[in-house]
Amino acid sequence: MNVSIPTPLRSYTNRASSVEAQGETIRALLEDLDARHPGIRFRMIDEQDGIRPHIRIFVNGERMKRLDARLEKEDEVQILQALSGG
Amino acid sequence: MPKDAGSTLDGPVTLLIGTKKGLFFLESDAPRKTWSLSEPHYLGHLSYHAVLDPRDRRTLLLAAKAGHLGPTIFRSQDFGKTWSEAKSPPAFPKVPDGDTGRVVDHVFWIEPSSPAEPNVWYAGVSPPGLFRSSDSGETWTPVSGWNDHPMWGTWTEEGDDGTPDGSILHSILVDPRDPAHRYLGVSGGGIFESVDAGANWHPFNRDVEANFKPDEHPPEFGQDPHCVRQHPLDPDVLWQQNHCGIYRVKRPSDRWVRVGDNMPSDVGDIGFPIELHPREVDTAWVFPMDGSDVWPRTSPGGRPAVFRTRDAGESWQRLDRGLPSERAWLTVLRQAMTVDRADPVGVYFGTTTGQVWASADEGESWTRIADHLPHVYSVEVMQGIA
Repeated sequence: MNVSIPTPLRSYTNRASSVEAQGETIRALLEDLDARHPGIRFRMIDEQDGIRPHIRIFVNGERMKRLDARLEKEDEVQILQALSGG
Repeated sequence: MPKDAGSTLDGPVTLLIGTKKGLFFLESDAPRKTWSLSEPHYLGHLSYHAVLDPRDRRTLLLAAKAGHLGPTIFRSQDFGKTWSEAKSPPAFPKVPDGDTGRVVDHVFWIEPSSPAEPNVWYAGVSPPGLFRSSDSGETWTPVSGWNDHPMWGTWTEEGDDGTPDGSILHSILVDPRDPAHRYLGVSGGGIFESVDAGANWHPFNRDVEANFKPDEHPPEFGQDPHCVRQHPLDPDVLWQQNHCGIYRVKRPSDRWVRVGDNMPSDVGDIGFPIELHPREVDTAWVFPMDGSDVWPRTSPGGRPAVFRTRDAGESWQRLDRGLPSERAWLTVLRQAMTVDRADPVGVYFGTTTGQVWASADEGESWTRIADHLPHVYSVEVMQGIA
């Protein structure tokens, strides 16, 4: 499925704004994404599998807060960033 | 002891300036008179600490994170021309689902081990964890002897105490005579020593005040060391700029002596950094800040000065020639002051207002060598490179 990548993470995707990745859950999708683009997962997901504070994951426009959320092949996944402060 | 410990190293100096918005290189000519500033590296990244490996003078590590993204370590083998990311940056072990595990917020301090352990580095993080790399920073593993010590939560107040950016582990000191002998500093925790390669640790804070605690006498731990340094020529001599003053100890004594009591009373002995002369055991520099009232942590009276002792803290000399004489409210953080190994020694500091100041004569006179940088976190020297 297609995963859109925010600008802070495009150094891992050769500047691509969207990339292909597969998985039946968000967790599996991120693991596949990391296999294709090494290092990208840890910048978004901490070592306890928490989504980092300024990262947002949306599936078909709905925000996902758990990595075990299930995915369908036609789902559209957006990874967004929301930073505050100067 | 490193075979080149105490030797003079003349020639151009490059400063590694870690800032809130990226890393900068500031390069001098041979006499250290003219300086040129690089473009930013990793612009927008909180760049806490960058250090060149003094053993190979080639491996450069940068501890950084972006506001949105998790912490990592970047590596360069060509002095910043190209960078790669550590394959596995410092991270605490995953705990079972449902349990609360520790998460590295940022890597604050990176330290090469002694020459007896080539390619070994240590990293101090927030919350105050210790990590080790044995492959020049490519992969990192937790130092369980510290991170899982039965007293860790008590010593560090569960990692909740410390600086506004979170409690940090800093000042990782590896004895150049014996890499199994180490010290580390924890903000709001104290100094801890290991004599068995980090398998076990004990507090090393005797006679150091902690006036923010109710204890009548200095406690065993819970102090707030800001910066701890070990002399390269005599590793039995340690100095610390503490939240509660400037201290020095000469091992095997375990009793710290507050040599900051000899500072002028209108200046005091509060600050963040402390730096040592590479060849003179009794010489050190500090940058005092206002620790009165609500703790402004700016230059006392708006008149910045470096203070130097050449007699192990018995007396201190004010060094402010070239620095602003008034209305300059500078703050210098614990990693933002450093020295080179030239003769005379160059002394450098960076401010949270984005200036870098240099002295090519051991602090006698000062020149502003960079301005308008982001908030400076750290200043380190790269010297003796081709």
